[in-house]
Amino acid sequence: MFSRRSDIPLDRDALSRFLPWLIAFMVYMASLALAGVLVLHAAAGRWDKGMSTTMTVQIPPPAEAGGAAANQQKQVEKALSILRSTPGVVHAEAIEESRILALLEPWLGTLAGEGDLPLPRLIDVELVTGADIDVKALSLRLAAAAPGAAVDDHRLWLDRMIRLIRSVETLAVAVLALIVMTTAGTVVFTTRTGLAIHQEAIEVLHLIGAQDTYVARQFAGRALALGLRGGVIGLGLAVPTLLAIGSLAESLEGGLLPDFSLSMGNWAVLAALPLVVAMIAMFTARRTVLRNLSRML
Amino acid sequence: MIIDAKKDVVRFDNIGLRYGLGPEVLQDVSFSLAPGSFHFLVGPSGAGKSSLLKLMYLALKPSRGLISLFGNDIATTRRRDLPGLRRKIGVVFQDFRLLRHLSAFDNVALPLRVARTRESDVRKNVEEMLAWVELHNHVKARPPTLSGGQQQRVAIARAVIARPKLLLADEPTGNVDDKMAMRLIHLFEELNKLGTTIVIATHNEALVERLGHPCMRLDSGRLEIESALREATVKDGPSRFTAIADGAGAVSPSKAV
Repeated sequence: MFSRRSDIPLDRDALSRFLPWLIAFMVYMASLALAGVLVLHAAAGRWDKGMSTTMTVQIPPPAEAGGAAANQQKQVEKALSILRSTPGVVHAEAIEESRILALLEPWLGTLAGEGDLPLPRLIDVELVTGADIDVKALSLRLAAAAPGAAVDDHRLWLDRMIRLIRSVETLAVAVLALIVMTTAGTVVFTTRTGLAIHQEAIEVLHLIGAQDTYVARQFAGRALALGLRGGVIGLGLAVPTLLAIGSLAESLEGGLLPDFSLSMGNWAVLAALPLVVAMIAMFTARRTVLRNLSRML
Repeated sequence: MIIDAKKDVVRFDNIGLRYGLGPEVLQDVSFSLAPGSFHFLVGPSGAGKSSLLKLMYLALKPSRGLISLFGNDIATTRRRDLPGLRRKIGVVFQDFRLLRHLSAFDNVALPLRVARTRESDVRKNVEEMLAWVELHNHVKARPPTLSGGQQQRVAIARAVIARPKLLLADEPTGNVDDKMAMRLIHLFEELNKLGTTIVIATHNEALVERLGHPCMRLDSGRLEIESALREATVKDGPSRFTAIADGAGAVSPSKAV
């Protein structure tokens, strides 16, 4: 693809020794940032989908204790029939009182089981994926059947959570963009230095009739080779880091954290990173050389 | 005598050259070189000989005036067409400007490779050329390991390998003894017989007198042309260009000898 031999001794200057390490460092950081973006993106998507297919309906406890328990049970049944006839609802079921008590036990002790504590009844509702339910209209209908009934579609909580994830994601994308720009800047700088070091040879080539592209190709070819070398080193260091972070997150138990492991597709994207960085290096070098040469007569 | 400007290899009209905001190092320089002519360029150090050559091999742009090479006005030639013109010009730089990391072979091969000549042709041509300058035993040597005279011959081989239409040499006999100088000059004369226009800048007035080629004389940035037959020196003023045109015999070495 590139000229078989170089007229400019590009592989002998100090730049070719330190540019791969700089690029390796950049690719290492870019790999971590990119892995973060991929994982958060997937997690946000999963949460969004997982949470938005459930709703909770709460039927308030009866106003006065005793006697009204049957009344509350009637309200629950009415609410259930309304929910089950609502399009988009797959499943609606009242949570047993005993289970609610069990859930409350850690906070209230066995006291809650005495039966004289007014408890709300909860209905767990499962929706079709992507269902578009008019929550406001539904709450009005439920409130008519069971005064005080409230629908919680987890929206508020979910929205906040997803907003948080999205902003972390945006931050990671910004970091990634910064790394790419820094890499390009580094390549511009090293290429300019290379042009200065090899000015003599470049001038001779220029004066004997070399096209600018002839010179630029040699610099671009070298930048591609050095970029690839550095990129592979950087990715080679990033993989064990990511695996370590992955196993740490797993040992924290999935209950608290969403699934932070990388999919095969994600790994493929990461593997493409050195190639992309090398290409950026190549085109940056080419552009820098052409711009510089265009100032010569 | 009618001069067909299209046929001139080099044509300078009222060229002025200054570096930055400094004084003009060349002033009102006008001349033209016919195909197949042979000129010496003489003058004291600092007179502007190298600057004049640089203008001719397109390393510099004039501050004013018009330069035309092979019938192309340089000012209006597109930048990407300039390499094509440069490939018709062979240059022997004063300090050779060989690439130190390349072998003699690769140095001489450069003009061919830059012009994307097939590698098999490159090999054949370069080997032939190195034999011609008697460097066939130093094909793989790098310039720093060669003597001054050997480097000079590599530089000359590089300048002529692509059979240029115009050969410019800046002090090509500067660092060698008279015997070697004469040999190199004869090399240029051989090339000249094949039709190449030649300009040699030199300090060596004895050499110029001995060979009798017409002479361009630079003094304090002004150019005078002396034919070998008669002193066709033209002083300052706008009449100079006309005078040069009249004295066109000065650019024809066949009449001069």
